[in-house]
Amino acid sequence: MAEDKESAEAIVSEVHKKIRAAFDVFDHEFNKTVDVREIGTIIRSLGCFPNEGELHDVIAEIEEEEPTGYIRFEKFLPTMTKVLMERKFRPIPEDLMLQAFEVLDKQKKGHLELEELTKYMTQEGEPFTQEEMEEMLSAAMDPDKNLIFYKDFVSMMTVDDPR
Amino acid sequence: MGCGTSVTTDNKGRRLTTDQMAKKTPSPALAMKAAILIQRWYRRYIARLEMRQRYTWNIFQSIEYAGEQDQLQLSSFFSFMLDNFTQLNGNGPDLISHLLDPVVDPWSDRERQTMFEQITVPESYSGPHLTFPLTVSHTNALLSAFKEQQPLHGRYMLQLLHQTKKLLKQMPNVIHLSTPYAKEITICGDLHGRLDDLLLIFYKNGLPSAETPYVFNGDFVDRGKKSVEVIILLFAYQLLYPDHMTLNRGNHEDHIMNLRYGFTKEVMQKYKTHGRDILLLVQDVFSLLPIATVIDNKVLIVHGGISDMTDLYLLSSIERHKVKSALRLPRRSLNHLEVTRSSRQGQPESPRCRSRGQPESPRCRSRGQPESPRCRSRGQPERPRCRSRGQPESPRCRSRGQDHGNTPKKRRHLTRQGSSSSSSSSSLCSPRGSSRLTLCRCLSPSMLSPTDNLQVPFLDSFTALPVRQPPREELEWKQVVDLLWSDPKSQPGCSPNTFRGGGSYFGPDVTRRLLERHGMTLLIRSHECKQEGYEVCHDGQVITIFSASNYYEEGSNRGAYIKLGRELVPRFFQYQVSRNTRKLTLTQRVNVAEGSAVRAVQEKLFSHRSELMAAFQQYDTSNSGCISVSEWALVVESVVRLDLPWRTLRPRLARLAPDGSIDYQSCFEDMGPGQPIPQVTPNLAETLYRYRTDLEIIFNIMDKDHSGQISIEEFRQTWHLFSAHLGVEVDDRAIDELAKSIDFNKDGSIDFNEFLEAFRVVHKLDVKDQQQG
Repeated sequence: MAEDKESAEAIVSEVHKKIRAAFDVFDHEFNKTVDVREIGTIIRSLGCFPNEGELHDVIAEIEEEEPTGYIRFEKFLPTMTKVLMERKFRPIPEDLMLQAFEVLDKQKKGHLELEELTKYMTQEGEPFTQEEMEEMLSAAMDPDKNLIFYKDFVSMMTVDDPR
Repeated sequence: MGCGTSVTTDNKGRRLTTDQMAKKTPSPALAMKAAILIQRWYRRYIARLEMRQRYTWNIFQSIEYAGEQDQLQLSSFFSFMLDNFTQLNGNGPDLISHLLDPVVDPWSDRERQTMFEQITVPESYSGPHLTFPLTVSHTNALLSAFKEQQPLHGRYMLQLLHQTKKLLKQMPNVIHLSTPYAKEITICGDLHGRLDDLLLIFYKNGLPSAETPYVFNGDFVDRGKKSVEVIILLFAYQLLYPDHMTLNRGNHEDHIMNLRYGFTKEVMQKYKTHGRDILLLVQDVFSLLPIATVIDNKVLIVHGGISDMTDLYLLSSIERHKVKSALRLPRRSLNHLEVTRSSRQGQPESPRCRSRGQPESPRCRSRGQPESPRCRSRGQPERPRCRSRGQPESPRCRSRGQDHGNTPKKRRHLTRQGSSSSSSSSSLCSPRGSSRLTLCRCLSPSMLSPTDNLQVPFLDSFTALPVRQPPREELEWKQVVDLLWSDPKSQPGCSPNTFRGGGSYFGPDVTRRLLERHGMTLLIRSHECKQEGYEVCHDGQVITIFSASNYYEEGSNRGAYIKLGRELVPRFFQYQVSRNTRKLTLTQRVNVAEGSAVRAVQEKLFSHRSELMAAFQQYDTSNSGCISVSEWALVVESVVRLDLPWRTLRPRLARLAPDGSIDYQSCFEDMGPGQPIPQVTPNLAETLYRYRTDLEIIFNIMDKDHSGQISIEEFRQTWHLFSAHLGVEVDDRAIDELAKSIDFNKDGSIDFNEFLEAFRVVHKLDVKDQQQG
């Protein structure tokens, strides 16, 4: 039993260090705070896939009573540890992603038109900003045909993810 | 969508039934779910990219600042060599003092001018010919020539510099400009030898003229490959339009910086015959550049920043040309204090460690090695540095290795933590490392109050010396260094910029006070690379403007310039020079930049290989070749001394074993020597990898006739001095063997470029690529 406790502590310790490392990258002033706008990036880079709504909930939890625009590490650590230990916001497997695209591509063309994808991404769900849309298109779209071959896109994105 | 009776057509003009339409679009609920999923997944991908981009940036910055530490190391080495010139025979030291100490030109201006005019330009030269005073056709010719990679002949370079020097002598330290009616002044930041960026600015914004006045805020040279062309253009336009072209001095307009950061080398390479003369002239020109510009009495433009001691009135009155280099304290006449350096071995701690009666802190121990008398640490410091004298003991001074959790970040912003304000800013932080023997540094003015007594070594014991008030020359030097080296910080107060080794960190209160005192509203400065090319801080009172795009790597950052009109409201213009015609996606840019940064880190690891291996093995008690991630990160951080997100980088640097621990040998797999190296011990090899750049600089200096050769004796001596300075234990015999083995044709001289080539660390993949052709 003691062994289990030790290994549990070790795990938690590792998790803490991971969280700290990610936090530090954005701690520009080295005072253990980060801009609240970077929290999403930090959480996601730790392997979580929250949607925007879930993200806002987390932020609400870790913000100060009087929001300062900054998040302190002391508040971030326990919440984030819980998120990781409970495996919240699990990653989305590649085949599920493909299915999502296929839902939008009802005709099973194997690709989506520029207008189609833009409409969905900027009007449905938790809409993209124009910047986000442009960036996705620059990565996903075949510029000659204005088509998004989503199968390739999904594979490419998943490959890029070193784990 | 799904409306019972309506009919519509598809893209081929055929009518569709509702059935077909129903198939064409998904139900709203499903569409929303799918969309959210995609958005969620994509945002996560972008977040990862941002993370990589951010830490890539951190890597570049860390390495850059670490490099600046090295620079200080080198500078102190020069001082060391100078101070120990009796050890070197031959002309070595004369050369160095020639380059480092102010040179008094024996020839008058007129004589110089005549001498330059007598230089013949060969018939075969097809570049621009300059006559003075310059006209627009000359500057146009220069522009065309440089676009065609055609260089300017040495004679014209010398004449150009000579004329510039004459012009600058007439200028005050602080230039006052007014915004012309209905026109805007364009303000540009660091260019660092990037000709492409300068040409892009001229293209976008217009060539300098009465219609388009410019201010260039320093750092025209170093790092980039075309520093020569950049300053030729800047100086030429200044001669052409002295009222519409203003050049501020930057911290790289400094001949010692140039030694390390590439300008000196570039000049020597491009001008084989006249290089030396050009460099000497450039030294004068740089020190004559004005140090500040003021627009409409409201906007202050300096290269670095300010400190709480900055005094614009004083600055207007100093002799700015006397500050040749920020890295050499003006020599004080300390005749009665010229203590002989007796033995270097076995000496007690450096006076600096003791001078304020503080107990010797563990910091003074050199890394990983048993406590030795040297209080030296290699340039890369224990960042908690007590060297900032005149400061109360602050949390900074806690040594590394203790209390890891609380140790303040070992980075440049270190001083921001803890002590928020200090009573006096010390813009003098002497170059680190070494040479505890040089007294002039110990007696730096800012550190000591008049009543302090300084303990200095004298013939192996200590002598108490009364301290004099700092002479005016040093105060002036400090004021200039502050302007050229300081950086803004977000917390209030003013503290020494221990990271850079010179200048201060100044807080928003310092800015406010200075601007108020002089009735100004804005401080524009450069000196720091910013991802967007510019950044506003201190409540809008400070703008950083940086004009070298892709500074660290292709795609790393944009460049920018400011346009300022009568209303003094800055407008920003950004750009990015791109080698590709097709715009790189964010992904591609991050990949390129990250790849480059990771390589730089791999090189660092490789050049610290034996130390790292020794430390790894200490943790690897079972000799399995693996240690935990935590242990790995700990070791790497303490040996390489770069404050980087090691855990996040781990996947790029080392392989995991099946059980999740790290196979530490894998750190070194991808890198290797470029060529078969001469027979040297691994330790020596590593040292050579690490100090390759420094050695290159020194060899180049010693090689007075640019033959690429130095004598074996010079090689030996230099090496001995360098290793003594660094405190690296080098076997004399090993060096001798090395020297002899390099002297392939046995004629007593060494081709040092060949030698250095052998110690270039390369990425094995690159080597393979090259071999495959």
